[in-house]
Amino acid sequence: MLTHTNKKVSELAENMASETVSGRSLWQDAFHRFTRNKMAMAGLVVLGLIFLFALTGPFIAAWSYDDIDWAVMGNAAELGQPSFETGHYFGTDDLGRDLFARTVQGSQISLMVGIIGAFIAMVIGTLYGAIAGYYGGRLDNAMMRLVDILMSFPYMLFLIILLVIFGRSIFLIFVGIGIVSWLDMARIVRGQTLSIKHKEFVEAAIASGVRPMIIVLRHIVPNLLGIVVVYATLLVPQMILTESFISFLGLGVQEPQTSWGALISEGAGTMRYGTLWQLAFPLFFFIATLLSFFFVGDGLRDALDPKDR
Amino acid sequence: MFNYILRRIGVAIPTLLVLATISFYLMYTAPGGPFTSERPLPPEVMANLEAKYGLDKPLYQQLGIYLWNVVTDFDFGPSFRFKDRTVNDLIETGFPVTLTYGFWAFIFAVVIGVSLGAIAAIKHNTAADYAAVSTAIVGQVLPNFVLAPILVLVFVLWLGWLPGGGWQGGQWQYIILPVIALGTSFLASIARITRSSMLEVLNSNYIRTAKAKGMPFRYIIWRHALKPTMLPVVSYLGPAFVGMITGSFIIDSYFATGGIGVHFINGALNRDYSVIMGFTILLGGLTILFNLVVDILYAWIDPKIRY
Repeated sequence: MLTHTNKKVSELAENMASETVSGRSLWQDAFHRFTRNKMAMAGLVVLGLIFLFALTGPFIAAWSYDDIDWAVMGNAAELGQPSFETGHYFGTDDLGRDLFARTVQGSQISLMVGIIGAFIAMVIGTLYGAIAGYYGGRLDNAMMRLVDILMSFPYMLFLIILLVIFGRSIFLIFVGIGIVSWLDMARIVRGQTLSIKHKEFVEAAIASGVRPMIIVLRHIVPNLLGIVVVYATLLVPQMILTESFISFLGLGVQEPQTSWGALISEGAGTMRYGTLWQLAFPLFFFIATLLSFFFVGDGLRDALDPKDR
Repeated sequence: MFNYILRRIGVAIPTLLVLATISFYLMYTAPGGPFTSERPLPPEVMANLEAKYGLDKPLYQQLGIYLWNVVTDFDFGPSFRFKDRTVNDLIETGFPVTLTYGFWAFIFAVVIGVSLGAIAAIKHNTAADYAAVSTAIVGQVLPNFVLAPILVLVFVLWLGWLPGGGWQGGQWQYIILPVIALGTSFLASIARITRSSMLEVLNSNYIRTAKAKGMPFRYIIWRHALKPTMLPVVSYLGPAFVGMITGSFIIDSYFATGGIGVHFINGALNRDYSVIMGFTILLGGLTILFNLVVDILYAWIDPKIRY
């Protein structure tokens, strides 16, 4: 411990002696902290590979995601195994459709739902929380009470009702997931807003006559970005989970489109016939993505959230 | 305390009413009614059917009558899709099942989750800690719909130890897999929350004082550390309960346990409006009730809360 500190101190002394000290911004600091976190960097690399897979997959796949290989159909357990000769790198599903192409397609949809859903939640939650926190008083009370009430709603029921009534569509899943998942974000942002709204730069803005809404957008929100980014990253896997949950139940994306949840559901339904690859490939991508997002999110939190340091 | 409970109930009842009203109106804005089919019924028959189910009245009256029946007689009306069953039948057959495995999953998640988290915090930065933390991470990326197939694969198809589905009146072999599949992700979250909360408590001054005066470590944990540790855990129980209710949709569809989840999903797939309504109100009501209990529990544990 002592030698460690000594080493640090001497390093610091060396650094200070050798170079002119240039100030580091908050974001540079965070960047350094993040790159030092091995798990987070590994997560980032894995995520990069998965995105690459989702984007370049269609060009590599020998089959289209909705084409049926008639030679395989009906005997997927024996003929549909993963092999490079047939062009089915991940095998086929029960109907003889190429699982590689379907996994690519599923990855695209799941990742898209995750990112767009998190983005919607981020925008709504940030604005809502910042406005409630900044204006305070009665407005704050009413707005946060509404959040409390919505939070105790079993929102999955609500989402399922929406899907039943307006028909199943990707768009509705985006909206449905987005509109119910901003609540946590709103709470977090409100808390942060409360703590920065009495800072000098906000007072200066008030003193120079900036309108309240402009203060929120120009001065409050940019200073919240760190925490918003952290929770947005942690929201993405939540979104993917929710979408997969709904697709697993058969209420999500429509055939022939697919998503990880739908693929896992199909694979789980057929695994007793020995077609394990139908479960294994989608499951691998699903778990790898969630793990990576969690690690990256944790890394970002350590890097950006001053509270946890 | 009494006032606080009253005030919370005062919020809970309007919430439930809003939930019921919104879902009721949404149902009726949907294209197609419960009796639309590929061969349209003759208009007279349609009119008779609608009169029988009270669908010819104005919407707000329908809602009023429906809610009145629910409140006074606990009567959720007939299923629109299956003419010989009422929603109450579905609730009566499904609810005990869901309650049974849900109860055990809850116990499983809380007892093991809290113990795991506490052990990890007490043995901070040891092998036990790392094991607990990795369990918590793995549990988080294995939601019920992923864990259920994996469990069936291992324990049913490979090892052949347990049956892969069914209920059989709730014999223990049939309960184990649903409980593990449903409870694990909550166990993981509870373990994580308990660990960080316990770490914070163990670093606090009064624990140091207790140690300094020579109090045995067991006493410190049980008497002084555990109760404040439980605060964040208790506040997580509300969301956990909601998660378990939605998780029951997966469990009931995958394990064919015949709980309420499968009825709700079938109702949704069949556009069986009365069933969806009934279950939305029932599950929504349960959720709100449970959140109420959790809040009261929280206020009771935490002396800092003023009502």
